[in-house]
Amino acid sequence: MTTATNSNAASSAASVNIPTNVLPPVYETDPVLEVDDFCVEYRAEKTVQAVKHVNLKLGRGEVLGLAGESGCGKSTLAYGINRLLKPPAVITSGRVSFNSREGYPIDVRALEGDDLRMFRWEKISMVFQGAMNSLNPVKKIKDQLGDVFTTHRPDMSRKERLDKCGELLERVGVDRNRLNAYPHELSGGMRQRVMIAMAMALDPQVMIMDEPTTALDVVVQREILREITRLKDEFGFAVIFITHDLPLLLEISDRIAVMRKGEIIEMNDAMSLYTNPQQEYTAKLLSSFPSLTGDRGDFIRTGSEDLAEGTSPFATKE
Amino acid sequence: MTTATRTAHAQRKPRKSRADSMLPPMTPKLAVGLTIVVIIAAFAIFVPFFVEDPNKVSDVGMTAPSAQHWLGTTQTGQDVFAQLAYACRGSLFIGLTVGVLAVALSSFFGILGAYVGGATDEAFSLLSNVMLVIPGLPLMIVIASYMPNKSSVLVAGVLALTSWAGPSRVLRGFTMSVRSRDYVLAARVAGEKPWRILFVEIFPNLIPLLASQAMSAIIAAILGEAGLSYLGLGATDSYTWGTMLYYAQNGMALILGAWWWFIPPGLCIALFGAALALINFSVDEIVNPKLKAATRSQIKKWKLEEKAGKAKSDAEYTPSPVPVPVAAKEAVA
Amino acid sequence: MKYVLRKLGFYAIALWAALTLNFFLPRIMPGNPVDQLISKLAQKGQVTPATRHAIELMLGSDSSVPMWRQYLNYFGNIFRGDLGVSVTYFPNSVTSVIGSTLPWTVGLVGISTILAFLIGTLLGTLAGWKRGSWIDNLIPVTTLLQSIPYFWLALILLYFFGLKNPIFPLFGGYDVWSVEPGWNWAFIGSVIKYGTLPAITIVLSSVGGWMLGMRNMMVATLSEDYILTAEAKGLSRGKIMVSYAARNAILPSISGFAISLGFVVAGSIVAESVFSYPGIGFALLTAVQNNDYALMQGIFMIITVSVLGANLFMDLIYGFIDPRTRAQG
Repeated sequence: MTTATNSNAASSAASVNIPTNVLPPVYETDPVLEVDDFCVEYRAEKTVQAVKHVNLKLGRGEVLGLAGESGCGKSTLAYGINRLLKPPAVITSGRVSFNSREGYPIDVRALEGDDLRMFRWEKISMVFQGAMNSLNPVKKIKDQLGDVFTTHRPDMSRKERLDKCGELLERVGVDRNRLNAYPHELSGGMRQRVMIAMAMALDPQVMIMDEPTTALDVVVQREILREITRLKDEFGFAVIFITHDLPLLLEISDRIAVMRKGEIIEMNDAMSLYTNPQQEYTAKLLSSFPSLTGDRGDFIRTGSEDLAEGTSPFATKE
Repeated sequence: MTTATRTAHAQRKPRKSRADSMLPPMTPKLAVGLTIVVIIAAFAIFVPFFVEDPNKVSDVGMTAPSAQHWLGTTQTGQDVFAQLAYACRGSLFIGLTVGVLAVALSSFFGILGAYVGGATDEAFSLLSNVMLVIPGLPLMIVIASYMPNKSSVLVAGVLALTSWAGPSRVLRGFTMSVRSRDYVLAARVAGEKPWRILFVEIFPNLIPLLASQAMSAIIAAILGEAGLSYLGLGATDSYTWGTMLYYAQNGMALILGAWWWFIPPGLCIALFGAALALINFSVDEIVNPKLKAATRSQIKKWKLEEKAGKAKSDAEYTPSPVPVPVAAKEAVA
Repeated sequence: MKYVLRKLGFYAIALWAALTLNFFLPRIMPGNPVDQLISKLAQKGQVTPATRHAIELMLGSDSSVPMWRQYLNYFGNIFRGDLGVSVTYFPNSVTSVIGSTLPWTVGLVGISTILAFLIGTLLGTLAGWKRGSWIDNLIPVTTLLQSIPYFWLALILLYFFGLKNPIFPLFGGYDVWSVEPGWNWAFIGSVIKYGTLPAITIVLSSVGGWMLGMRNMMVATLSEDYILTAEAKGLSRGKIMVSYAARNAILPSISGFAISLGFVVAGSIVAESVFSYPGIGFALLTAVQNNDYALMQGIFMIITVSVLGANLFMDLIYGFIDPRTRAQG
């Protein structure tokens, strides 16, 4: 796993024979996304602070895992970065800076109207949870893939669009003739692959994935994760992978950020987080997943002594 | 889609606050609606005790409102205000009767059928579909034509018979979705008697929907009765807003300029119907909380706040220092 | 295919039920409809025993023919297209009366319903899309309009625009005194002039329902995940509103529309009564006033058939509009 981290740095280092752990991490040298002091509040009957003073940097081509339990604010953070939050959510402070590979920085919060629309999907794309409902039920797949191109690449001809859509599907392992199908005719795994294909359509620099495999069975989950890793290596985009499944992140992420009650309480590279968690919460999160080894009943009888005490380590609701 | 949101919403609510969540929050719309309904109901209940006999004819003919006759007189010298008071009673009686009957019928065929399932459900469903497609007003007209003397109860009965089918379909669909929810299944597994499950677990979810349907039924009944009466096919034993309009039309009220005879009954129908509709909106907002809109001013306020926050962040922002090889982790509080 | 057969079967049952109802109604009502009709007829002239007998047959008071046989005769007549002779429009047959009045109803109420649907759905789409905008304020207004009894509104409008300021004619389908029916501009112009006020009143009183329904559906649809996806993709707001939101939100309205088309004929009754418009609803009323049972039964049957037909049509084409139902077929 350590070899998968900082692969760009590793490949350039290999030619010069510098040990990789001396090089500065890629999120410092070449951050594609920088988030500073990001705060989001929900104005419901009571004001809820969903995201509190989050700072993070995402390196080019890096996989950053965002872990935490339900309601910790990880999705809100992701949507906020892409300006997809709706009232009553209010971004009360913060800066989001996107460093495009063409060389110039973009202040994401300053974008308006057409600029924002052009920015979306072109630079940052998203794969949402539960593709069951993320695809328009009354439009064919080829039209849904196609309207990304009609919006962002209006000069493409119809044939070019169709070809490109077919190519995108094949990239994720879906047969080209599915272009004429409707979403309800595809299986869950296929739909999620279509979502990934759609997210890659404009060759984005960052892909935000919000629980992309949660609704799928483990076999399909594994395939999808393999695809994502393969595509990332081939096309070089960075990934923010949001999930509550920490062991999953341990396998695919370069770095992991743990969120709790709207704050990032720990952020470290995956191996260090796993072997040497600095926060008690992180340790509890890691230990709450049953291990494949150990005596039968171990987890229930010994894994959560806090349950015996009557308090849950995950009691976060105010 | 709406059913799914209702499902999700109801499932998330813990038991004890369910009762609270069922009462609509007091909004201006709801307040106006309730006020109007209360005023008209009070008018209908109390005023008839204080006015003169609406049937009493006199020889003053059609006169405009005056101190003696607050709303003037009809062409036969009858007091319009008195008639209006009795008409309120008549119409509200019919409306209420139809409301109760229609809800009872649609509940029986819709809820019970969906809950019991099987052949009963198929039969009930077929019956309601057939009743739905048979046109109501022509049927009422045909029935009314065969019977020259119709009591209010008969008119109410016919109106209820032709209007229960639609709501019963909606109830059926909703009951079927509630029936498969986890807590209902849990109750069945725990061995609760079917009747208890129906009343304790399923029924409370349906209350907002039933309330909304009852109000729609009342509005439709009052309008339907008005229409029937206008055509000369309404109740013959009492005053209603509809029969007043029928007499007004026959007495050529509008053409002769007797607005005091023609306008008030119609206005009452419109106001009462609108009031019920407003209350219905508020109930809708419980059933489907997404319909509650943040007002424009609120949204504007939030947008301004965001802009202010951003300006502040931009002012405070200092570009991050030149990257230094750091092996330490990035822990942020 | 199975779907189609099931639907056809259902509508066949519904039709049978309606016709049976039509058959039994005069026979189960209290009072003696035969006598009522005879007394009406007697006002016009002599009533021969033969006429009385024919009427008894039609209404079922004739006990010489057993009920089941009357029932079969009834259906037999219907299939032969023999709906009897109209008393009101004597000696025209019921079929010819229906034939001459139906086009007027379909024209006026049909066009008005289509207009109300289009306007209401469009306004509802905009109202649902821009929450809290000024269009939302239209909703209480249109709701109020819907609570007003149709004929009351119509009469008031007729008073203001027909009597006080004679912009529109007071009654009729066209100018019977100076225009010949036929495909000429004078006739068509006259029809339009006479039909405008009725059409306006129908649209005004029904647009609220479409608007509210569409708005509620838009609001529900806008919270769906695929709308968020569309926004994240950077699609233009217009495109999202139309091809993602409205396209899904309109589905229930379309089936409602088809059903209301079916009720066009049924709903025309009050409108035609107010404006004395020569449609089928007006004919029904005249029939009722004259105890013209043959005409009444004939019109009721036609109304039922058109409602059922519209519903059946809707069920059949819904599969094309919503691809998800095709799978369940």
